[in-house]
Amino acid sequence: MLVTDVETHRAIEAVWRIESARLIAGLAGVVRDIGLAEELAQDALVAALEQWPAAGIPRNPGAWLMTTAKHRGIDQLRRRTVLDRKHEELGRELEVEQEMTLAAFETATEDDIGDGLLRLIFTACHPVLSREQRVALTLRLLGGLTTDEIARAFLVPEPTVAQRIVRAKRTLSEARVPFEVPHGDELVGRLSSVLEVVYLIFNEGYSATAGDDWLRPGLCDEALRLGRILAELEPSEPEVHGLVALMEIQASRSAARVGREGEPILLLDQDRSRWDRLLIARGLAALERAEGLGGALGPYALQAAIAACHSRAATPEATDWTRMAALYDALAQLAPSPIVELNRAVAVGMAFGLAAGLHIVDALVADGSLRAYHLLPSVRGDLLAKLGRDAEAATEFRRAAELTRNTRERAFLLERADTSAAARRIGDRTD
Amino acid sequence: MRYMLSLKGDPGPEAQPDETRVSALAAYVQELARAGILVAAETLQSSSTGARIRFAGGGHIVVEGPFPEPSGLVAGYILIDVRSRPEAIEWASRCPLDLALRDGESADVEVRRVLQLADAP
Repeated sequence: MLVTDVETHRAIEAVWRIESARLIAGLAGVVRDIGLAEELAQDALVAALEQWPAAGIPRNPGAWLMTTAKHRGIDQLRRRTVLDRKHEELGRELEVEQEMTLAAFETATEDDIGDGLLRLIFTACHPVLSREQRVALTLRLLGGLTTDEIARAFLVPEPTVAQRIVRAKRTLSEARVPFEVPHGDELVGRLSSVLEVVYLIFNEGYSATAGDDWLRPGLCDEALRLGRILAELEPSEPEVHGLVALMEIQASRSAARVGREGEPILLLDQDRSRWDRLLIARGLAALERAEGLGGALGPYALQAAIAACHSRAATPEATDWTRMAALYDALAQLAPSPIVELNRAVAVGMAFGLAAGLHIVDALVADGSLRAYHLLPSVRGDLLAKLGRDAEAATEFRRAAELTRNTRERAFLLERADTSAAARRIGDRTD
Repeated sequence: MRYMLSLKGDPGPEAQPDETRVSALAAYVQELARAGILVAAETLQSSSTGARIRFAGGGHIVVEGPFPEPSGLVAGYILIDVRSRPEAIEWASRCPLDLALRDGESADVEVRRVLQLADAP
């Protein structure tokens, strides 16, 4: 390929990234099947790859792709109609349905597309699909990522992702999931499924569950973009803004939470001058929007409010731990979970004394549900170390190191174990 | 990755904002927001209200605006968060800066990647 061809291909790729979700959404609104919609969109992309290098990129590439995909769809339908007539297999009813789709193709306008995007998000995150399927389908259809890119981001083999997507599309089609935005009572549950998917993607990027990298920022950025798109499409839903606020604030710490050697740096030890002020401002603004919509804060907005306590403090000492403990208290009542309880223990430890925090952690240890979670011994170790109980702290850090699947984090925890063990020896000598 | 789109062309002290262009730019910024990539956007006042601080020879002097060569001056900026340089260029190409240009006139949008702390090794 010539250099200019390579450049054109990159430019086409960029156009695809920008246009594909809207394109698929618009087409799915007509054909009522996201699998077929994606095929037609892909056909249009192939046509672009054939024609644009010679003809140049059209002035309105999105409209070009849509028109091309529509023509393909109409051609396919006509061919099928002719074929079906020949075989006399086509019932009158089906024929009417095809005619209607043809008409819909011909009248589909740009205006249908904004709403289509929201329908596409709700369909890709439909609860009939498994979590993995929802995540893969969302990144593929809304983010415009290739299966290979998704596979690399999640450290799984490409065929696994391809399978997930194929099965997800089949499930949606077999379950006859309507291509629509849910209403009324259904909306709440369906929206929380969407938000869950977005936050899962963010977290996979923010604290990689496996592998050598502590952070895979690409996924954080994808999730942030998805969240911001949702906030534009569903501006009256406080939890959407709550989730965006949470992600913006967490993302603001990306540069500060990883050290020179790639090791994780705990929030309170971070150099706050490395926090991204622009993202913090965006996060606080989103939180304000969530609060401004009235009603009690939901779980995402509460977590954002907690994160904001750190963002607002110029130094760790200035943190409003009492407020944070109260917010965790509210969160524990709204969405009780051992993980929330563990975080509450940290805040309570800071607000009302380490012993009070340790008390909550010990209850969690006795409860046993976080047995395999590395942050339980990690938090317990931290509290013990601060209380000067270094030998016990070292044991906890070692246990945490055994439990984590992340290489960087393991090294970090082993180092803390060594520090505690060393502190103990020094303590022994002075005693 | 974060990119800055600098919209060039200082309007000058007496210039009246062109309504068509203003609303087209607002629609463009809204489109960036709907695509989930808008980080920030602001328009600058005419350079006639600005000043330059020129450092030289161990000291500095303050030079009052307006500044020469208005077509090279930044009139506003948009920060976007996109996946690649070609994507930033594609978005910048959609900026309606060509509106209200008279024959023979030209206008630039400069695309520059923001150096972020997270990018540093």
